[in-house]
Amino acid sequence: MIGAMLREAWRAMGANKMRTFLTMLGMVIGVGAVILMLAIGQGAQNLVRQSIASMGSNLIMVLSGFTSASGVRSGSGSIPTLNVADARAIGDLPTVAEVAPLQPGTSQLVYGSSNWSTMVYGTTPPYFGLREWAIERGDPISDLDVRSAARVAVVGQTVVSRLFGDEDPIGKTMRIRHAPFVVVGILAAKGQSFDGRDQDDTVLIPFTTAQRKVFGAQFPNSTRMILVQASSEADMPQAEADITALLRERQRTPEGMEPNFTVRNMTAAAQAQAQTTKVMSILLGSVACVSLVVGGIGIMNIMLVSVTERTREIGIRMAIGARRRDILLQFLLEAVIVSLLGCIVGVAVGVSLSSLAQDVTGVYAEITPWSIALSFAVAAIVGVFFGFYPARRAAYLKPIEALRFQ
Amino acid sequence: MTEPAARRRRSVVLVEHLFKQYETAAGPHPVLQDINLQIMDGEFVALMGPSGSGKSTFMNILGCLDTPTSGRFELDGHDTARLDSDRLAQLRNRFIGFVFQGFNLLPRVSLVENVALPLVYAGVGRSERLARAGELLERVGLGQYLGHHPNQISGGQQQRVAIARALANRPRLILADEPTGNLDTTTSHEIMSLFDRLNADEGITIVLVTHEADVARFAHRLVRFQDGKVSHDGASAAVLQEAPA
Ligand SMILES: Nc1ncnc2c1ncn2[C@@H]1O[C@H](COP(=O)(O)OP(=O)(O)O)[C@@H](O)[C@H]1O
Ligand SMILES: [Mg+2]
Repeated sequence: MIGAMLREAWRAMGANKMRTFLTMLGMVIGVGAVILMLAIGQGAQNLVRQSIASMGSNLIMVLSGFTSASGVRSGSGSIPTLNVADARAIGDLPTVAEVAPLQPGTSQLVYGSSNWSTMVYGTTPPYFGLREWAIERGDPISDLDVRSAARVAVVGQTVVSRLFGDEDPIGKTMRIRHAPFVVVGILAAKGQSFDGRDQDDTVLIPFTTAQRKVFGAQFPNSTRMILVQASSEADMPQAEADITALLRERQRTPEGMEPNFTVRNMTAAAQAQAQTTKVMSILLGSVACVSLVVGGIGIMNIMLVSVTERTREIGIRMAIGARRRDILLQFLLEAVIVSLLGCIVGVAVGVSLSSLAQDVTGVYAEITPWSIALSFAVAAIVGVFFGFYPARRAAYLKPIEALRFQ
Repeated sequence: MTEPAARRRRSVVLVEHLFKQYETAAGPHPVLQDINLQIMDGEFVALMGPSGSGKSTFMNILGCLDTPTSGRFELDGHDTARLDSDRLAQLRNRFIGFVFQGFNLLPRVSLVENVALPLVYAGVGRSERLARAGELLERVGLGQYLGHHPNQISGGQQQRVAIARALANRPRLILADEPTGNLDTTTSHEIMSLFDRLNADEGITIVLVTHEADVARFAHRLVRFQDGKVSHDGASAAVLQEAPA
């Protein structure tokens, strides 16, 4: 019986190919959009997840404000409010596991005839552990390098490819702001940070070298940032509070006055970003679902026309013994087949569009099996839901009225 | 003369005080007014009467395609008013075979599948369906046209296909509303001899509507309708002789 109905559905669809095609098109577009949007959303979420994982765990960033010599706050060129002693004091807090001062600056790198502008960070050996950043080849910055303010550099993957091309950078000498530096190590690739920067486009040098030989020596012990790792995830809030209290005391910030530094919970910031991305992908998915529903309404429309057109046929079938449920099932099957076929094509379209979007716009799109499963489920539901009303209408026709229909 | 026979046989159709009226814009339009009729198993009845006298309306009620406004209609001993739509569909499928004036074959479907259609709704498997449909087409003389479509054959041939379809589930009652209305005389007679054989050889009860006396002559009993009432009911030969249609 089902076999006969499938054949019948196939025949009915074949009898009006253009119409079947247009009906399917609605489904194709709907499903294609769902697949594409979910892929883009999933891609964005994965990026964020990766970058959070690549950030290091339980990190707190302390950012310095600025003061002029007179103690009044002002803009750049003034003295950072944090120094190496602050970093050491933070490191002694019980809720803190590890600290690394960080002195950032944009610099022009030159090697042979190529040059590249990038972020150069002066830091200390704990930084590698804090960021869980492995050395792919060579050595990290050592304590000796920091103590002796050695002209050594560890370079990120992007710098390797941009500046050195096919050459092996280890042992080579490049120039940072005209000062020669020997490359001693290459960082493992990390990819994008959660705020979209390329983390591999970076150079790390000893903190002391950065202070004295690259970014100027006006304030030898000051630092713009301190990267802190709390002892555990549970200690994060306490560590934040401890750091704030400690620095207020060290800087003698009066009660009730805004401190001249910022303590930022990096994990929380990243999670906020992840949440935003998630909301965005849900939003994209919902918009796409609307087009799926529109496709479903298209199916209902066509099925209603089809029922009207085939009223006489329904009458004949009833006269020779079709029960209501036979007629219902026949039209329902037709709607479901159309929507499932549309879904199959839609998945193909969605998958190709996703890879096209990735190639053309550089958006990272990831197709997941569950997004395909979801599309099929929704298509089947749409087929049944929007096919049901026309099918029921056909099934509840009075035999004689259907038969007399011209 | 039909009386003793009727008492011995089963009643296939029993109609008592049957009324049918259509609700139209101009108010209720009575079509059948107090019809009383009994048709026994194995009878061959011709229904005649002027156009608009309610013959088709009556046939549709007999076929469970339409319902009376009031009155009693028993089919094969079942009070049809008490049957639900599934049961009525089952009666149409198994007990009744329809033959229409306009053939009513499905145009997009091959002849063999048209004939097999009632078997689909009877739950018969595909190979058995096609085998039986093939036999039936063979029997009505269309064995070589199994894969053809209705628009590839003549009207007379289409009506044979329709008869083959009506026979698919071995019905006890065939209802034919002007089955020869669209056919020429020769073809009409061929169709009628087909009915005659079904009645004579297999004892299938046949009720057919016709305007033509020579078609009605194949029947054994003639019922005349006039303004929604039965105006005459008797052996066909006698009636047709005294009042040729
Ligand atoms: N669906 C309908 N609605 C209203 N009137 C109808 C309908 N069907 C038939 N009639 C009327 O009922 C009467 C009998 O029709 P019908 O049974 O077809 O007669 P016959 O078959 O004897 O020619 C006619 O007057 C016709 O106009
Ligand atoms: Mg009529």
